[in-house]
Amino acid sequence: MYARLSTWWTILSISLQERFVYRGDFALGTLMRFLPIVTQIFLWSAVFAAVDQKRIVGYSYEDFVAYYLLTMISRAFSSMPGLASQMGNQIRSGDIKKYLTQPVDMIGFFLLGRVAHKLAYYIVAIAPFALVFFLCRQYFPGWPSPSLLTAFGVSLVLSFLLGYFLEACMGLVGFWFLEVSSLLFVYMLLSFFLSGHMFPLDMLPGWTKSWGLLPAIPVQGIVESLPFAYLAYYPPAILLGKVPSWELPYVLATQVLWVAFFVLLSRLLYLRGLRHYGGYGG
Amino acid sequence: MAVIEIDNLSKSYRVYQKREGLWASIRGLFRRQYRDVHAVRSISLRVEKGEFVAFLGPNGAGKTTTLKLLSGIIYPTGGTARVMGFVPWERKIAYRRRFALVMGQKNQLWWDLPAQESFRLHQQIYRIEPHQFQATLDELTELLDIRKLLSQPVRELSLGERMKMELTAALLHQPEVLYLDEPTIGLDVVAQHRIQQFLKHYQQERQITIMLSSHYMKDVAALCQRVVIITQGQIRYDGSLSGIIDRFSGQKLVTLTLAEEAPVDGLERFGQVIEVQLPKVKIRIDRAQVPKALAAILAQHAIEDIAVEDPPLEEVIADLFSQVQKESAVKPEPVAAE
Repeated sequence: MYARLSTWWTILSISLQERFVYRGDFALGTLMRFLPIVTQIFLWSAVFAAVDQKRIVGYSYEDFVAYYLLTMISRAFSSMPGLASQMGNQIRSGDIKKYLTQPVDMIGFFLLGRVAHKLAYYIVAIAPFALVFFLCRQYFPGWPSPSLLTAFGVSLVLSFLLGYFLEACMGLVGFWFLEVSSLLFVYMLLSFFLSGHMFPLDMLPGWTKSWGLLPAIPVQGIVESLPFAYLAYYPPAILLGKVPSWELPYVLATQVLWVAFFVLLSRLLYLRGLRHYGGYGG
Repeated sequence: MAVIEIDNLSKSYRVYQKREGLWASIRGLFRRQYRDVHAVRSISLRVEKGEFVAFLGPNGAGKTTTLKLLSGIIYPTGGTARVMGFVPWERKIAYRRRFALVMGQKNQLWWDLPAQESFRLHQQIYRIEPHQFQATLDELTELLDIRKLLSQPVRELSLGERMKMELTAALLHQPEVLYLDEPTIGLDVVAQHRIQQFLKHYQQERQITIMLSSHYMKDVAALCQRVVIITQGQIRYDGSLSGIIDRFSGQKLVTLTLAEEAPVDGLERFGQVIEVQLPKVKIRIDRAQVPKALAAILAQHAIEDIAVEDPPLEEVIADLFSQVQKESAVKPEPVAAE
């Protein structure tokens, strides 16, 4: 066990060192993360000015700002920029061979790499994040209870794992398709709308109206139980008290199940993929 | 007991055959033609502990595929293989700790970090004891003369230096079996020589089992007692280097030094005249005809000196490869549509 931990630590520390090699790119990438949120806040302030209402589907302007600021945190945990294409490329170029011949597990190795990725990011981003939250403190309803904070933390860690294993599955499809970029595009698009990144998911209508032969569909129920919702929507929803306390264990349990599902799926894809693998590239 | 036992090992791939042009690309979206490539066809081989075996063959002969099968990267289509009692493609961790694969064209080190970081990682993933790690690293850096380069990012090393680092990384855990896939590809003569010297020394010292694939005859001649020639996925020869000439070259090179610097007619009757640099004439003569031809030449001409040699090994092997390629051009592999 000790040996294993020590291996993990070494992989983590080497990945961290690698992250810090390209300082300029890293610093710029970290700061650029704040841009989308600014545009979203401007957008909603324009919408509120235009409709001249205090609330839009139950959300006040302050609620929106608080929600978007928090999704920035959940996305800082769950987004995995470049992971799937990195895996796909390694399969196509044959660099994956080292994970097959050396006593390491590819999925685990990449996971540690991503943990390092994230840690490096948080170390640099924590100061600007704190500043933004401090400046925007009037948009929040006050300090949440310790139990909500804990649930928020758990949900964030789970969203990291979910984001990792979900995107790893996309990358591993590279064993069959070799080029995963169009698949990734579809995934990004779905994730953008269905994860709560674009708008809070509880804004969706509960049911669609039945239309001709088409029965009514419980849109909100469906979207909220898809894995995407756990990438961005749920952690802020938990912290802002949108998830009733009786529902909280159920939400976290569903998130755990989705993580478990994608852990298993990625393992299955990996093992089946290797059978299919031709060991390309020299 | 043999360290590597291969029985009737085969591997075929299905390769998409795209015809030329845009229209063919569009048709390829709906209906594709595949060709079965038999990269390795039922090869059998035994390698004993401490042997240094070379795989020789033209591009696409199945050398690398065999090494990939033995290192467990790909699954075979048929046959069996055991290395130190392990089935390679089961990829047991215990097996992975006991062998190493070095590919001349693939980089296994962390590109942006100094090699010593990659070495530290290897220490961890192979669970190498600290004192043993240090001793092995010291020995390897000494032998390869790379101490000064350890803290330089890998991307800033030359190709030769990088290959030395790759070898060091591969040998840190003291593997019992080492697969080398064209380790000297792209290196200059000096770097090639250094790597050869190192491999030779290390192999003799440790008595590890090495399988090497290479295009360079010099690699093979410098290192291997045993040569396996593969063409089109099949073993054509398995034996000593010098045996190749006896087996595949039916000819001898005869150099005549004439007594007078005057052109001589009629030598074409005995064989193919390859070079005339008076007073020397070089003729290629069928092995069986050599005694008769020499007797006749001596009887008819004034000869000062005669040298009879085997043709150079590289020539023999190149002839063999091109002969095989010609044969395969006559009977192309079947194309299957889907």
